[in-house]
Amino acid sequence: MIRRTVFAALAALSLTAAAQAQAPNQTLRIGLREDPDILDPTLARTFVGRIVFASLCDKLFDINEKLEIVPQLATGYAWEDPKTLRIALREGVRFHDGEPMDAEAVRYSLNRHLTMSGSFRRGEIGIAEAVEVVDAKTIRIRLKSASSPFLSQLTDRAGMIVSPKAAEAAGRNFGSAPVCAGPYRFVERVAQDRIVVERFAGYWDAARIHIPRIVFQPIPDNTVRLANLQSGALEMVQTIEPDDVKTVERNRRLKVVSYAELGYQSISYNLGNGPRANTPFGRDARIRAAFELAIDRQAINQVVYEGFYLPTAQPVPPGNPYHVPGFRPEGRDVARARALLREAGVTGPVQVEMTIPNNPDLRQVGEVIQAMVKEAGFELKLNAMEFASSLQAANRGDFETYLVAWSGRVDPDGNIWTFSHSGGGQNDGKYSNPEVDRLLDEARAVTDVAARREIYAKVWEIALQRDRHRMYLWHRKNIVAHSARLTGFVPVADGLIRPQDLRLN
Amino acid sequence: MGIWLLRRLGQIIPTLLILSVLIFGLQQLMPGDPALILAGEERGDPVVLAQIRAELFLDRPLPEQYLRWISRVVQGDFGFSWRIREPVAALILTKLPVTFQLAVMAFLIAVVIGVPAGIVSAVRRDTPVDWAVNGMALFGISTPNFWLGIMMILLFSVELGWLPPSGYVPLTEDPWQSLATTIMPAFVLGSGIAGVLMRHTRAAMLGALGQDYVRTARAKGLGERAVVVKHALRNALIPVVTLGTIEFGRLLAGAVLTEQIFTIPGFGKLIVDAVFNRDYPVVQGVVMATALIFVTLSLVADVLYMAVNPRLRTA
Repeated sequence: MIRRTVFAALAALSLTAAAQAQAPNQTLRIGLREDPDILDPTLARTFVGRIVFASLCDKLFDINEKLEIVPQLATGYAWEDPKTLRIALREGVRFHDGEPMDAEAVRYSLNRHLTMSGSFRRGEIGIAEAVEVVDAKTIRIRLKSASSPFLSQLTDRAGMIVSPKAAEAAGRNFGSAPVCAGPYRFVERVAQDRIVVERFAGYWDAARIHIPRIVFQPIPDNTVRLANLQSGALEMVQTIEPDDVKTVERNRRLKVVSYAELGYQSISYNLGNGPRANTPFGRDARIRAAFELAIDRQAINQVVYEGFYLPTAQPVPPGNPYHVPGFRPEGRDVARARALLREAGVTGPVQVEMTIPNNPDLRQVGEVIQAMVKEAGFELKLNAMEFASSLQAANRGDFETYLVAWSGRVDPDGNIWTFSHSGGGQNDGKYSNPEVDRLLDEARAVTDVAARREIYAKVWEIALQRDRHRMYLWHRKNIVAHSARLTGFVPVADGLIRPQDLRLN
Repeated sequence: MGIWLLRRLGQIIPTLLILSVLIFGLQQLMPGDPALILAGEERGDPVVLAQIRAELFLDRPLPEQYLRWISRVVQGDFGFSWRIREPVAALILTKLPVTFQLAVMAFLIAVVIGVPAGIVSAVRRDTPVDWAVNGMALFGISTPNFWLGIMMILLFSVELGWLPPSGYVPLTEDPWQSLATTIMPAFVLGSGIAGVLMRHTRAAMLGALGQDYVRTARAKGLGERAVVVKHALRNALIPVVTLGTIEFGRLLAGAVLTEQIFTIPGFGKLIVDAVFNRDYPVVQGVVMATALIFVTLSLVADVLYMAVNPRLRTA
């Protein structure tokens, strides 16, 4: 009886749900993995936030699917000398509040990124010494020293230009109602529920914007996010799990696009951060080499990720011009691993602990590694920790090995310097090799692609092959799923969803 | 009465103060540096980390941090969320109606299912009906909310397409759509409580049905329906009502897992996300607000008891 009543009630309600599912093609609803943080380009730091910014805030430059730097709010650039960059700006661009986007606005925004307290952009473009207005549509940026990664930083949040008038008025609360020069303007945000943006009529590239409204909805649970797509409550989801790909592919109303990311999954080793580095594993590179030889990346990839990811031995993915082609993962070789352990004078199993962020897939990765290295003579203890705690533990040196991922940057410097340079802020294991430091600094000043790649090849050889300071496991994939009604999506390795040319039929 | 009320109000203030110290202190025991988690992948710049710590007063001694916070709270200022820079008070006020609506719906479902089921199983004690109802109650109590939630989403949203799978629409915006988005989470929450209510109703009814006054009622020739409903149930409901209030209070504190699964932007989701992001002002604000609700409700209950039962007034 009760059941029947419930079903009847649900049937009645379903009429309205059906009505909603047929909503006109005016709104694109995108499911995000988590709720973005503050929507201020200077103070923001989450990846999902960047997906929202792709609609809200245009940048001086953008990257295309070939990872080339292309102009956006700029029209071009020239190096006057290795330390002076001159940027020509697009004419007739307006912010969402109608103010003109000119050289003065660019100077204001870059200075805001550079000087605002708590700015996360400072680390990205801090090498800039001065920003000068040449004329209304030209600016000049003087750097403290030559920097080849600098331009690529202007393709992300550090290159976003905000309306000076709105930024001055709102101060630190600018993120509650950001005013930029992107294709969509901010309408409202309900924390943990939705962020709504609508098409900006005055956008400089308006002909490429076809969808009037975008709603971003954070839905943390993978199954539920996918269910929303399957039932038509969303038109697009930022990411799905590799094991869900087959289900989506079977559904004719949906499409899956999977493409390589800019980052990687890795295991970082504690080599010099506090007493926990002082173990046979932390002291002897031969033991670490044996550990790596015992691990079969492709097998883990098959077991945990349906073979979706791309095994690697270096921090730069193959699509990037700085990828070193010959530097590939060694095959699993338990006999050699055991021989290396004998050579290192090890008797009995080597005790190692691995800290793992507490996600189901990463725990599984840990368990497979545990089983693999056991055969070579390691007793790996897994320590699954909530992410915030694991981050602090790593920072303080309270770890031996740490399974940690990096979302990746366009320029290789962003994938290596901060982790492998002795002065790097995310070098949790305190790896320090003066030769590596020198090479990494040198690579920053070299602009020729081939010459710079050569330098990185040397770094891999010393830091990875010889010193074994970190192990790279695989490059993950961005797996976007969307309704077949949506067309025009162009996958770019940075994983952003660019609204240009998207259409809903 | 007036003096009693004043004294009762006077007790609330130290209660809340002690609680505020507890919340603040317990939170410090959580591992994880808020500045580090706030910075996330951008944690590489020590200067910026120091700026964040200074701005949020994380570099001051704990007693100072506590005093800064509490002195603003007494003025009604709960601070702002570190992660999204919205005022905490505004966040709480937007989440409260959501959680309240969900709680009321879940509670109604629980009562509508649980109490009649308990009566039926008590009246039909040791029959197949009783066993069936008990089995269902056991199912309701022991089924994990997240599992039931996902199963319902897969059935009613993905397979049948009857209901929106998740999200929330305010009652004021579109009442039908609001019901459509909350009916599944309310059922998931309500089914668990229905089981508890059913078991307690059954036990209380069995007790009442064995009482002398029930025998007397039957002896004077009353119909079975009148005996059960008018005599036994009236008395049996007293403990059930007490239990119901406690369960309702728990619902108001937010249903963490259910809100997470159905992406309902209520109290539970607010506090969970705040804990994971080490957004201390939000955690503190939500716990204080919940405490305030509980303390107020218990005060209201006491006043009502006084109004109903004159004997208490002399105490």
